[in-house]
Amino acid sequence: MELLLASAVGILTAGGIYLILRQRTFPVIIGLSLLSYAVNLFLFATGRLALNQPPILNKYAEVGYTDPLPQALVLTAIVISFGMTAVVLMMALSAYLASKDDRIDMTDSDAQGGEDA
Amino acid sequence: MSLFLIAALPFIGAVFPALLIRAGRNAASLSTGAVTLLALVGLLVHAPAVLRGEVVTSRFDWLPDLGLNANFQLDGLGLLFATLILGIGLLIITYARFYLSREDPMGQFYSYLLMFQGAMVGIVLSDNILLLLIFWELTSLSSFLLIGYWKHLPEGRQGARMALTVTGAGGLSMIAGMLILGHIAGSYDLSVILQHKELIQASPLYAPALILILLGCFTKSAQFPFHFWLPHAMAAPTPVSAYLHSATMVKAGLFLMARMWPVLSGTDLWFYIVGSIGLITMVLGAVIALFKDDLKALLAFSTVSHLGLITMLLGFGTEAAAVAAVFHIINHATFKAALFMNAGIVDHETHTRDIKLLGGLRHLMPVTFTLAGIAALSMAGIPPFNGFLSKEMMLEAAAHTDWAGVAWLVPALAVFGALFSVAYSLRYIAHVFLGKKRHDYPSHPHDPGPGLWLPPAVLVTLVVLIGLFPNAIATPLVTAAATAVTGHEVHFHPALWHGLTPALYMSIVAVLGGLLLLALHRGALAVWNNLPRPEAKVIFDALVRGLTQASRGITDGLHNGSLTRYAVIFLIFTMGLGWYAFSTGAFGPETHETLPITAMPLLGWFCLVGSSLCVVAFHHNRLLSLVLIGVTGLMVSLSFSYLSAPDLALTQISVEVVTIILLLLALNFLPQETPRESSPARRIRDIAISVTAGLGMGGLIYAMMTRDFAMPSISEYHLANSYKGGGGTNVVNVILVDFRGFDTFGEITVLGIAAIIIFAITEATLGSRVRARLLNRKPWKPLAGDAHPLMMVVATRMMMPIAFMVAAYIFFRGHNLPGGGFIAGLIAAIAVIMQYMASGFGWAAERQKLPYHGIIGTGVLVAAVTGMGAWFNGLPFLTSAFGYVHLPFLEEFELATAALFDLGVFLAVWGAVLLALQSLSRYAWQPGIASEHPMDINPERDDAEIEQEGH
Repeated sequence: MELLLASAVGILTAGGIYLILRQRTFPVIIGLSLLSYAVNLFLFATGRLALNQPPILNKYAEVGYTDPLPQALVLTAIVISFGMTAVVLMMALSAYLASKDDRIDMTDSDAQGGEDA
Repeated sequence: MSLFLIAALPFIGAVFPALLIRAGRNAASLSTGAVTLLALVGLLVHAPAVLRGEVVTSRFDWLPDLGLNANFQLDGLGLLFATLILGIGLLIITYARFYLSREDPMGQFYSYLLMFQGAMVGIVLSDNILLLLIFWELTSLSSFLLIGYWKHLPEGRQGARMALTVTGAGGLSMIAGMLILGHIAGSYDLSVILQHKELIQASPLYAPALILILLGCFTKSAQFPFHFWLPHAMAAPTPVSAYLHSATMVKAGLFLMARMWPVLSGTDLWFYIVGSIGLITMVLGAVIALFKDDLKALLAFSTVSHLGLITMLLGFGTEAAAVAAVFHIINHATFKAALFMNAGIVDHETHTRDIKLLGGLRHLMPVTFTLAGIAALSMAGIPPFNGFLSKEMMLEAAAHTDWAGVAWLVPALAVFGALFSVAYSLRYIAHVFLGKKRHDYPSHPHDPGPGLWLPPAVLVTLVVLIGLFPNAIATPLVTAAATAVTGHEVHFHPALWHGLTPALYMSIVAVLGGLLLLALHRGALAVWNNLPRPEAKVIFDALVRGLTQASRGITDGLHNGSLTRYAVIFLIFTMGLGWYAFSTGAFGPETHETLPITAMPLLGWFCLVGSSLCVVAFHHNRLLSLVLIGVTGLMVSLSFSYLSAPDLALTQISVEVVTIILLLLALNFLPQETPRESSPARRIRDIAISVTAGLGMGGLIYAMMTRDFAMPSISEYHLANSYKGGGGTNVVNVILVDFRGFDTFGEITVLGIAAIIIFAITEATLGSRVRARLLNRKPWKPLAGDAHPLMMVVATRMMMPIAFMVAAYIFFRGHNLPGGGFIAGLIAAIAVIMQYMASGFGWAAERQKLPYHGIIGTGVLVAAVTGMGAWFNGLPFLTSAFGYVHLPFLEEFELATAALFDLGVFLAVWGAVLLALQSLSRYAWQPGIASEHPMDINPERDDAEIEQEGH
């Protein structure tokens, strides 16, 4: 089980980073999403894996619980990564609409102020 | 007056001239003068006590954990310097009022001057070296403003920049030195440090600390080889030069050497560095000064020379020399400030400072001539003026100083320097005022009004009085200051005649030699002009240019505008760090039992890995990759669910929905394909990097999961106290709204800010010419025949109340069962988004009365106010309270403030998600989009008419 999760994290990371290294905005955003899955799973897994032990207290029986703290951290991380994706997406979209180009790297003319500047 | 107030007054007062300049130049200068006078009076009130040998202190623990205390102390040395700074400041303020022309912004000038004055007073009164460093940097900054006051002159700007670069760099090294010193002594309080001479001099860190501190002092006090900035700072208005270069800025370095003298001096290292540098600077400055034709340049190099003299005396490390240094500080300040002001008068009246164009002015400007004559004779060291007294003491000290076994070296060079000093001082008189009256002055010179000559006259009076009656006027202050420097009671009895000492013979040689040299000036100048001389400004400019080019090269290499390159550098560096940590750290055996692999998770793994690999493989087709990443997200959500994290599964699945909708909306405007443009080599490089990173991440988490916690985790505490302390059984939710409520509060704020950024980007984009392009956009595919399908409209409207009900249910049960504000907010947002999608933007926007910004703000406010509620019970921010209520006909239920906090979370998340999506939707709006009455049952509308129009 641990092996499955670890390999999934590794593959998500590799895929995310490969896409982040592309040169157009959209794949970069998709790559960022893949990477956030990987990071969220990673953080979650630092609490170690457990089956059928949700951190919901049982008043009637002594049962085991999984680690709640990474879950709380990952919960906010998921919501924040939505916010981040949305901001990056809007920046990418506005840049494309303004310049009719969705490359992420500056060309030489951009570096010198760009034609629009 | 409190020492705090004395140091603070100039800073507070800096506001007045800036404001009062509107009431006229007199108001501005009078307010500046009044502030300075007030500070001076406040200082002199303490003078009797300090002269008796007491030390006045004001202590205030500012940041005691850092050792940074706002402690001030006033001893003899501080009194001497503060009196010079404020007293000469007062004269300069008067002088500047009449010197500056109508075009110069005088309010600014006085504000800068007061800030500078405050910084200087702060330096000399600080009893904490960290505080002192702050004031030290403030002098660099404010002197930059003063030197560059005439912004329209390139020399002014360059001179200011050079002064800031040199003194600023010295200030940085001084910070390092002071921190080392404080580390050795174990305290940053000067009064403590000064007690630890043996400890500091025995420390192996003594040499680095000394050298770093001296670098700061030497750059500030224009010692060789950093002397070059001072002459270039002469581009400032003359009042600034007179102030900065006689009594204040350049004396700060001397002050610090004197202040640190008890602990730093007395070693060979101190003697050879400080003594030698001072000696070289004294001789070099004097020689160059003789060959300068610009009056202010002559005085600038003379200042360099005299600063060298004082440095040398401090460097000798003997008590007599230190006393002479203190005495010369006073004398130099008086005659040099007078001479600078005098040069300013000449410049003001004749419109030139070139000595070659001057001469014979004594007939036209008798008052100016008299003042210049006395001050210059004092500078030359001619009796009966004060310069003679301290110069004799210097020669006396030099005569008894043996440099590395060579007994004649220091006395000979001292006489050589004094000889040039006599020559340039007399040249100031002879070539400017004496000689025949000329007929080709650039202007018609005559004596100025008293506003300009009175301030130097006050100083010249002091020059004469100190010279004639040194014991009555100077002795108390010099004794107090020298006692503070040396730490012992000193006896100081200067006299004009003190017998036939070696110093007297040396003086006579210097005066006669100087006269001879002046007579031969023309020949000496020819020799000087033929000597090869390095030009400091050229070297400095080349150095700065080289550094700028080097840093630009590095910046452009690393930072060329290619996001990919930054990512690659960052990734490789991070992986290198990871490798380093892995190869040097310890790696224990596997201790944690692993879970068995069963069929369901294996299937899920295939879906997850397969979909994410497909995302990468098919990323050129953007729509397809979007669909595939949806699958990945779902699988991640299922994994959470399977691995005992129901809250995460719920959050992930709802976030997934809104993210995909957002990306779909955006994709509508973007190209549908990603072109294949990477070269194979580049692709191989990227694959190598990403596979390595993936292996690292996967390996790391595998290693972590197969090992137990290295130390007990704080999660146990959360599990144990969730119900007892937080009143909820869903530990994740209790952590979010209670234990780590502050984090959550920060996060909803960040989320709200993100949404508002999106709104702002949309506003900016729609306000530009992009809007016209969007309005005229042609769809890239034929639109669906029915923009608002009946089935979908009906279904979403039916579902809306149900969805809200689910959100409410999830919200309320959140404290005890999976759910909570985050998830409920997302579900409620999806309920509204469905309406946007099915019935159209216009339809939904018309019915949405509340602005989303308001909802976000309300959410954050509700959370904040709930948190603050705890204050009223005397508890820290965000402490929650809960209780159980029993109402008739109902089961017992719980009321908790955490639920109110969660309501804030709910509102903020809801508003943020909707604001982001709504902003994006606004791009799609085009006139004529059929969204006016989609499927709306409205009796007032004549549907038949629309029907007819349609056909």
